[in-house]
Amino acid sequence: MSEEHKKIIVGDRRPDGRALDEMRPITAKAGVISRANGSAHFAMGSTVAIAAAYGPRELHPKHLQDPVRAYLKYVYAMAPFSTQDRVKPGPSRRSTEISEVSRQAFNSVIFLEEFPKAGIEVFVEILQANASTRCAGINAASIALADAGVPMTDLVSSCAAGKVDGKIILDVAGEEDTEGEVDMPIAYIPRKDEIALLQMDGLLTLDEFKEALELAKKGCMQIHEKQVAALKERYVRVASEIAKKGPVRESAEEVA
Amino acid sequence: MITKIDKEFIKTLAREGKREDGRAFDQFRDLKIETGFAKNAEGSALVTLGETRVLAGVKLSVGTPFADTANEGVLMVNAELGPKASPEFETGPPKEGAIELARVIDRGIRESKCIDLEALCITPKEKVWMVSVDIDPINDGGNILDAAGIAAIAALHDVKIPKLDEDVRPIFGTNSGKLKLRHIPIPVTTFKVNGALVMDPDFEEEASAEARLTVTSVEGFLCAMQKGGESNFKTEEVVRAAETAYAKATELREVVKQAVGL
Repeated sequence: MSEEHKKIIVGDRRPDGRALDEMRPITAKAGVISRANGSAHFAMGSTVAIAAAYGPRELHPKHLQDPVRAYLKYVYAMAPFSTQDRVKPGPSRRSTEISEVSRQAFNSVIFLEEFPKAGIEVFVEILQANASTRCAGINAASIALADAGVPMTDLVSSCAAGKVDGKIILDVAGEEDTEGEVDMPIAYIPRKDEIALLQMDGLLTLDEFKEALELAKKGCMQIHEKQVAALKERYVRVASEIAKKGPVRESAEEVA
Repeated sequence: MITKIDKEFIKTLAREGKREDGRAFDQFRDLKIETGFAKNAEGSALVTLGETRVLAGVKLSVGTPFADTANEGVLMVNAELGPKASPEFETGPPKEGAIELARVIDRGIRESKCIDLEALCITPKEKVWMVSVDIDPINDGGNILDAAGIAAIAALHDVKIPKLDEDVRPIFGTNSGKLKLRHIPIPVTTFKVNGALVMDPDFEEEASAEARLTVTSVEGFLCAMQKGGESNFKTEEVVRAAETAYAKATELREVVKQAVGL
């Protein structure tokens, strides 16, 4: 395929009109699944994730129980209809890996030692995919865990930087993802200034890598604000409904 | 498994800037590469890194290309962490560890564009070479990922593409030339042991580590990264790990070049 590579980024404008360091619009909402202990809906542009968190609760199968800490389970899945080609349901090599690195990203922020033998479980589903699905999943999972009341040192925030047409950009999407040179998702713990997930595919020089890392961290800070706001909004909502008519019951329409 | 007392010992040493075997934190054990180890594979390499031994074998077959890459051969990387290599490994289908290992090595090779997949097209849209790289750890003496990545790229350099008969079937044992390879991607993993950044751990050091970061690089570029483990890295540590891994890969690449006759 030796055809000329078509430029995606013209000047400093991206295909969807964003600046190089601009994220897609973010929406975040806590408490969208009434049966779950905690839940969240998180969208970055047209990538949409929903997460349900359970626990600490009795863990099954019992052999997974750990006498000194809670067992953290993280399941990432894509809805079969979430992409152009149908995704076969059930775990794949890709989803197995994403689940594992995402679980590790949460491992250090949750007070697992407080709940020996218990299970804390997060189930993430990507409803609609347009790049950075693992990031959207982590962002939703963070809110869901906090919404479930699971004690944590901080919310984990995640987004990707990338390289397209030689330029380092924030929050790769659409053709930037399919045609771009580099995708580098990270997860960040602002309070501790720690990188909890880091993956990179593509060719970057050391200097470009440092630039991408700083940009991705900046993106994570913006996401972090939205996550905090979603949780605050959730409890304002709960409080006002209690004031009005007693205990809250969520209607089906609120399940996004 | 590692005992608590050994783990504490290794962590205390790390905090003091020392390692049990006296190596510097960024010092690898002796790396030996033997190509052509498995005679029935089209390419193979046995990598020895201290006690760690990993065998990689490449098999070539003719198959149909994927619809979206109709003029390209297919590269597949698979790893099995079987119980022969460590008491911690079990039988059965690949678990997270083996899947991650294979995918990290796959990305290092694929993203560096070191293998010319278009050169593996036999007839567009119909027949292409399928290149299967199978990673088989023989003994897990720590750091099998780096050893496996080096074994995989050395094995690919060792490949002899078979000739085809008139029905476009490979003739076993024949040689029509080598794969077209451009760079030599080398993964180097940095482990965080009690806050110290350590490379090429033995299995006890690896079992004492709280986090790891694999950085795969080619000349001039980083081409794949993967953070793993139960703990995290500071920004400064990530940058330092990337820089050291890049420098270390330059060193290791010379050993690979020599082994594959470049």
